[in-house]
Amino acid sequence: MTANQLTLWYLVASICFILALKGLSSPTTARRGNLFGMAGMAIAVLTTIAVIARGRVDLILIAMLIGGTLGAIVARRVQMTQMPELVAAMHSLVGMAAVLIAIAAVNNPTVFGVPDPLPKGNKLELFIGTFVGAITFSGSVIAFGKLAGLGKKFRLFSSAPVAFPAQHWLNLILALVMIGFGATFFLADDKAWGAFGVMTAIAFVLGVLIIIPIGGADMPVVISMLNSYSGWAAAGIGFSLNNAMLVIAGSLVGSSGAILSYIMCRAMNRSFISVILGGFGAAEGTAAAGAADKTVRSGSPEDVAFLLANSESVIIVPGYGLAVARAQHAVKELGNMLKEKGVSVKYAIHPVAGRMPGHMNVLLAEAEVPYDQVFEMEDINSEFPNTDVALVLGANDVVNPLAYEKGSPIHGMPILDVHKARTVIVNKRSMAAGYAGLDNPLFYMEKTMMVFGDAKKVVEDIIKALD
Amino acid sequence: MGGPVDPTVINLVVFVLAVFVGYHVIWNVTPALHTPLMSLTNAISSVIIVGAILAATPTQADFGSVLGVIAVALASVNVAGGFLVTHRMLQMFRKKQK
Repeated sequence: MTANQLTLWYLVASICFILALKGLSSPTTARRGNLFGMAGMAIAVLTTIAVIARGRVDLILIAMLIGGTLGAIVARRVQMTQMPELVAAMHSLVGMAAVLIAIAAVNNPTVFGVPDPLPKGNKLELFIGTFVGAITFSGSVIAFGKLAGLGKKFRLFSSAPVAFPAQHWLNLILALVMIGFGATFFLADDKAWGAFGVMTAIAFVLGVLIIIPIGGADMPVVISMLNSYSGWAAAGIGFSLNNAMLVIAGSLVGSSGAILSYIMCRAMNRSFISVILGGFGAAEGTAAAGAADKTVRSGSPEDVAFLLANSESVIIVPGYGLAVARAQHAVKELGNMLKEKGVSVKYAIHPVAGRMPGHMNVLLAEAEVPYDQVFEMEDINSEFPNTDVALVLGANDVVNPLAYEKGSPIHGMPILDVHKARTVIVNKRSMAAGYAGLDNPLFYMEKTMMVFGDAKKVVEDIIKALD
Repeated sequence: MGGPVDPTVINLVVFVLAVFVGYHVIWNVTPALHTPLMSLTNAISSVIIVGAILAATPTQADFGSVLGVIAVALASVNVAGGFLVTHRMLQMFRKKQK
């Protein structure tokens, strides 16, 4: 096979990838889309192996077998609640692969059909691909640690923001030094291993420093951003190797991640820059102290069961607390029981509920909640005033009416209008403030009943009481 | 004007068009499927395995080819894991109850 034929096959694979993404526009076409993606990948890999048939195919096949088996085992075993960690871990692998390929390209560019030494233009692209790849790797490792809750063992992985003085200045200086070494690498006539090595090392450090100040609830933005970076890293490597496959796939992924980051930021009414600079929510839990004089009406699961059984319409609002408690199956059972009693049940999902885009949708889908009962914020907000009971499970900031008050830190953030429902039931583990460190006036409203405890336990108790 | 077009320019054309296509396709993805979108794009970006395969097979083996083989293994985890976990998730999105 010639290089021209190979590139034409890459075109076919690219079209498969575009069709794969297009399939996700609806749950009915999504599975077919994923099959297109697999086909595209198979074409890209097999045609590339056919080209390098001269070389050591056996070693490559063994490496693929080992990696593939590992990936398949993880994919089969992972819990749906662990999806954010899994995605972060997979981003790190793409980043690391990009760096390794870049080093191999500096070492011997002729394997990729690029002249040795690398032309200046390719060097510049390689520099970009390498540092983005390195940042993706170390940043994703930190994100993985934060999402997997390793913060108790290693402070670096703390889900609370890790902040220190002059943090942003340090990052800026490191970034400039990194670019300086990149320029040295670019201008040198030889391989310039020294400059390349220092630049890559600084990029690894930067990845860690960029992610540690970002707190738990901003994770949906971080994980989308790293998704985007992993794409740009692949595209950068593609540029430097003149490989159309990597350029196209990398750009598709890069723009996907960028759009997701934008959607997540919009759902929190925060700028991308302010999320990345981090530190938000550093004063977690302190703001609730001023609430001592206000009274809260708390109730038991039996009270909730009574309220639910005597209502006509219920909207369930899941949040991160539901994921932590793994309460999705219990919630589904509760929904079914209510429906049997003739109550209309719907689910309302805020775009940043949970730790990654679409997190709650996947959990509800796992519990076999039909997706036509699950609604996005814009589609269901108008229904709250005509709803008897809004049942909030482990969500806080996304239902905080302070968002409507000028001057509050979350003013302007789009929220689920739970406070407009006739009765509100809020399940939380305690009265601690949410991630934004804000008190929530919803909890003190006369029509609100608080039920304290683990979401799964509470929902199971409600089910028992309904029986 | 004259002479062949620089490969970097061709790459840039491909890049801009691909970003453009990506932009339009991704905005049509339903928010309910944003998690599968992330795992699918993850699988797609592991097409970087193509670069790893090339790196792994020079005419003379050296440390660059060792790194290439490692990169093949890393990317393979994503290829298999990414598509399979996406498949698993998408199986769960059903319209009606049995």
